[in-house]
Amino acid sequence: MHDTQALFDYTLGLADDSLVLGQRISEWCSHAPFLEEDVALANVALDYIGRARMFFGYAAELDGAGRDEDALAYLRDCRQYRNLLILELPRGDFAFSTARQFLVDAFQLPFLEALCASRDPQLAAIAGKAVKESRYHYRRSRDWILRLGDGTAESHRRLQSALEEIWGYTHEMFRAGAAEQGLVEAGIAPDRIALRSRWDALVTPVLEEATLTRPPDTWSVDGGRDGIHTEHLGHLLAELQFLQRSYPGLQW
Amino acid sequence: MDSTPHMPLFEVFIRSKRGLDHKHVGSLHAEDHQQALEYARDCYTRRSEGVSIWVVKSSDIVASQEEDAGEFFDPMDDKPYRHATHYRLPEEVDNM
Repeated sequence: MHDTQALFDYTLGLADDSLVLGQRISEWCSHAPFLEEDVALANVALDYIGRARMFFGYAAELDGAGRDEDALAYLRDCRQYRNLLILELPRGDFAFSTARQFLVDAFQLPFLEALCASRDPQLAAIAGKAVKESRYHYRRSRDWILRLGDGTAESHRRLQSALEEIWGYTHEMFRAGAAEQGLVEAGIAPDRIALRSRWDALVTPVLEEATLTRPPDTWSVDGGRDGIHTEHLGHLLAELQFLQRSYPGLQW
Repeated sequence: MDSTPHMPLFEVFIRSKRGLDHKHVGSLHAEDHQQALEYARDCYTRRSEGVSIWVVKSSDIVASQEEDAGEFFDPMDDKPYRHATHYRLPEEVDNM
């Protein structure tokens, strides 16, 4: 059995994941290496923000406190955000953003496929829409890994160092708290631990083909789901929430 | 980025519906055909404009030249019998 609170927390975590990564990717808008990539990245950012709206909308329906999607997105502070840490790290250089995107896409793909089979019809419907986007995202980021890894000496070096910098943050994607584990048993949430082998199969051969070295699993960081964030999330939220904080209730 | 000038140009053709022809919609820069196809998807089909995309390297297109217009196209101007409308149709055939 599960309670509404657990389902609300879970949905809100997925909403925060989508919004924070969408915001990070959108920072490339008008800063990408060239115009075509700029448009392509903006598309991916919008896919994530669209996904965030669906999850926030559903979370708002479940919320005991009666907040709407805007209140959930714009009026919660760092400690109330539940996103994974890997998603809030600054965009860095193009290699760093590419490395993150690839590692996250390789997770999103099997995760959303599994979420399509959720016993919760709303989550399954959202996943059904999002999984097609992620299939394309993965194809794009995989191509970039091959291009940069097996590209010039500099692109290889930058991508390798990005992988090393980010690797310890990937483990959090495969962790679930007790409440989420309850939803797994209820057939609502995918079992994150079980997704690791799919993720490995989507990641490791590509790194090899790109002549990159898979970093060792020697360190890991987590805390995002408990609201313990890096110092970067506050800056991101300051920009994201500025208008609603300064002009409460402002509408387009 | 200094690699941009070296990226080849591609022409993009989109078919908006099954049964229709691919139409030229614009061009873009990409490293290779595969990337050109993905950028075409991102740049030209964001509002559901298409069901199929072709990309062709711009350098592979051979175009007629303005100065050839005289010998290429003018001779057709005085050959009305090449148009179906030149012929009187039997009453039974409507709407040609």
